[in-house]
Amino acid sequence: MNWKLTAVASAMAIVASVGGASAAGSLNIYNWGDYTSPELIKKFEQKYDVKVTVTDYDSNDTALAKVRAGGHGFDIVVPSANYVPIWVKEGLLLEARPDQMSNFKNVDERWVNVPWDPGRHYSVPWQWGLTGIGVNKKVYGGDINTSAIFLDPPKELVGKINVAPEMNDVLFATIKYFGGNWCTSDKEVLKKVRDKLVEAKPKWLAMDYSVTEKLPAGDYAGVYYWNGAIMRSRLKNPDIAFGYPKEGFPFFMDSVTILKDAKNVENAKLFMNFIMEPENAALISSFAKYANGIKGSAEFLPPEMKTAPELSVPAQFEKAGEFLTACPPEVSQLYTRIWTDVNK
Amino acid sequence: MARARFDVRSQPGFGTIALFTFVVLYLPIITLVAYAFNASESLTAWGGFSLHWFGEAARNTAVQDAAWRSLVIALSAASVATVAATMAAIATTRTAPYRGLGFKYAFINLPLMVPEIVTAVALLIVFARVKVWTGYSGLGYLILAHTAFCIPFAYLPIRARLEGMDEALERAAADLYAPPWQVFRRVTLPLLRPGIIAGFMLAFVISLDDVVISEFVKSGGQDTLPTYMLGQMRREITPEVNAIAAAFLALSVVLVTIFFFINRKKT
Amino acid sequence: MASAADVARQEEGRKIRSRWLLSAPALVIVFIAAIGPLLVMLAYSFMTKGDYGDVKPAFSLDGWFSVLFQRDMFDDTLSLADAHLSIVWRSVRLSVITTFATLVLGFPTAYFIATRPRNTREVWVFLVTIPFWTNLLIRTFAMQQVIRNEGILNSLLIWLGIIREPLQIMYTDWAILFGMVYVYLPLMVLPLYASLEKLDFRLIEAGYDLYAGRLAVLRRIILPLVKPGIVAGSILVFIPSLGAYVIPRVLGGGKNLMLGNLIELQFGSGRNWPLGAALSITLMVLVMVAMLFYVRNAARSGGGHG
Repeated sequence: MNWKLTAVASAMAIVASVGGASAAGSLNIYNWGDYTSPELIKKFEQKYDVKVTVTDYDSNDTALAKVRAGGHGFDIVVPSANYVPIWVKEGLLLEARPDQMSNFKNVDERWVNVPWDPGRHYSVPWQWGLTGIGVNKKVYGGDINTSAIFLDPPKELVGKINVAPEMNDVLFATIKYFGGNWCTSDKEVLKKVRDKLVEAKPKWLAMDYSVTEKLPAGDYAGVYYWNGAIMRSRLKNPDIAFGYPKEGFPFFMDSVTILKDAKNVENAKLFMNFIMEPENAALISSFAKYANGIKGSAEFLPPEMKTAPELSVPAQFEKAGEFLTACPPEVSQLYTRIWTDVNK
Repeated sequence: MARARFDVRSQPGFGTIALFTFVVLYLPIITLVAYAFNASESLTAWGGFSLHWFGEAARNTAVQDAAWRSLVIALSAASVATVAATMAAIATTRTAPYRGLGFKYAFINLPLMVPEIVTAVALLIVFARVKVWTGYSGLGYLILAHTAFCIPFAYLPIRARLEGMDEALERAAADLYAPPWQVFRRVTLPLLRPGIIAGFMLAFVISLDDVVISEFVKSGGQDTLPTYMLGQMRREITPEVNAIAAAFLALSVVLVTIFFFINRKKT
Repeated sequence: MASAADVARQEEGRKIRSRWLLSAPALVIVFIAAIGPLLVMLAYSFMTKGDYGDVKPAFSLDGWFSVLFQRDMFDDTLSLADAHLSIVWRSVRLSVITTFATLVLGFPTAYFIATRPRNTREVWVFLVTIPFWTNLLIRTFAMQQVIRNEGILNSLLIWLGIIREPLQIMYTDWAILFGMVYVYLPLMVLPLYASLEKLDFRLIEAGYDLYAGRLAVLRRIILPLVKPGIVAGSILVFIPSLGAYVIPRVLGGGKNLMLGNLIELQFGSGRNWPLGAALSITLMVLVMVAMLFYVRNAARSGGGHG
């Protein structure tokens, strides 16, 4: 039993040594997993002599639940657009006034007066993207700028489709497909939505996240998924093409916010200002492969991103895109019911 | 005399099934290790031999910290859980039924039955309060939570071992005036050893696997390997994780070898 | 003078007290980190759901009501929540098959290990657990390598000439099943080993001496003796498979929810914590009843043989 005792003792020693590194110059970032450029963090640490800790989450709801419970110790969190108003309403965010910071002039006008944070009193753009269509052109050569790719799939694609396992993104596209408005509670539209999804699901292969692996490899031939991932797939396999559903597709944007109970508010503000610098914003994008909202960052991007058709929406489809907003509770309850029905 | 050559221990086909089981257990692991040496960034398409991903893993301090943290938590939680479970198993077996026995049994196994997300959400709420009161936000919370759900995994094999274990030896030792602690150390514990090892190993791997509870209980900078990977799952998983897994496996093989030699010396 | 009976009673009382003391650490830890949270959840299941997750402190039976019934979204009629029922049924079915399959594979394996020379047995136990040093997510991805269309299994079957076209295993219930059997196998092997290891082979010899056939020996002597191990292993496999979350998501392609995923949905984007809490408690009560029944039954039939 001695080896076990030694193991316990050494484990305890390690436990004691880990943890509790809250020096004066520190910053705790709570962000989506695999989303924060290590280079960006290193640069910030060196410039301001601040020790940065990054912790991951994998869904908006997890992040919200954790921060709401308290005692989390985070300073910065990066919620999606539709969640920012919830965070504000629940009184979790600090009104940090990034719009008065020196680098705010670099923010693209398009992203200043956004519906979830008019005038940007709370949040700074991190990255944005959209959910669209990716198709292997060798398998299907028809029109791919439509949600019909996954809702009424052409026979070449049946059984080879992957759909993002995201309730809101899928319902958004389907509601738009029937001409409804997002957050509608119109029973007639919703009935069509449910019936269509129930009918379409057997024609899908999966609802999974592994698109950058399986779309280029040929396991999937059509996907409804995030543009950054489809761009990565195309870089691995040039047969992949990107389509913008003309019936309507959702934009997303994740924004950097400071928590009301943050312990390192000054460092957090420094970080906000820091990422509005074009060169730094480019670091974010080149790591995670989505567009940022900062003017002048393009010239610092790797060449394959500058010209990527997935990252710049053509004018003709601009109107079809819309931000996913947070629906009223009674509506989102309806949506959950539909989703459960579809996945039973 | 035909009986003498006949091995009573062997059962027809059991060896074959056991072999098959080991193949099943190791096949995915072999592919996993093989792809750690993949030159391309794919988990499925072979792009030639390379040590690239080991280099990546060696440079990525976030993932190393996470792997290390997982190991520390698993070792601590499994050790505490095994000790507590052994004591509890001794207290709940080989006894005439007494009041509260069934209750204890159900109670100890309860963590098995609570869906992970429920424990996770509830612990989040409870621990958050404690974190605010005490100001302590170290690994202790994760270890406590892991210990709790490890207990039934350690308890059940140990109990299965104890059940029906002959008490005569212990009674004989006690009759020879061995103090209870000596009886336990010299008689009960060695007899229990296979159960304890099985229980400890189970608890250890169960703790290494946990995602949901860790995700909710962890404080800042406390990502474990599974929660780190959960974050990666949405985007892209590269053979870097295979390289880390391969390193873990190498470590475990070294441990097994040491263990083997220690054991050999004893007998 | 205390009578002999008094002494015996005192002795008995002392024993019981020490038994409570011995089990105290386990009970306390479980209480803090499992029972406590459960009570919180029980309370939550009777509250009103918050607008964006969480709960409001107002009494409501909505959570419990929605476990079994639903008001139709479109014509407002009341009906059984068939979505929930079919998810429960899928989970139970897959978990029962998983338990059975791990038993069929695990019993001979544990038996094999228990009949190795004494000093190598623990090494074999280690060998069973080594694949599990890599965490569940990586293991599930590795499993994918084996069962995908261009994977090892299909290539092997084609090479052997058993099939011509690759079988679509990924993203079906079969994939979930394979994954669960693979992942939960050690949970069956180890408890079985722990109880097989102490098997007295003289009993088996005696059986053969009495001209019992191999099957009879297995059925009448070995199985009853290792019943505690089988019970422990089945519990350890069945219950976690019921709540499996990662495997259905990765191997099943996330198309068909299992109970674990359904409950997770309520605490996540479904934002209905009371329903999630009520579903979990329902699941637990079902499991507990099944377990009590199983343990009682096993104990009774085990006693009959032993």
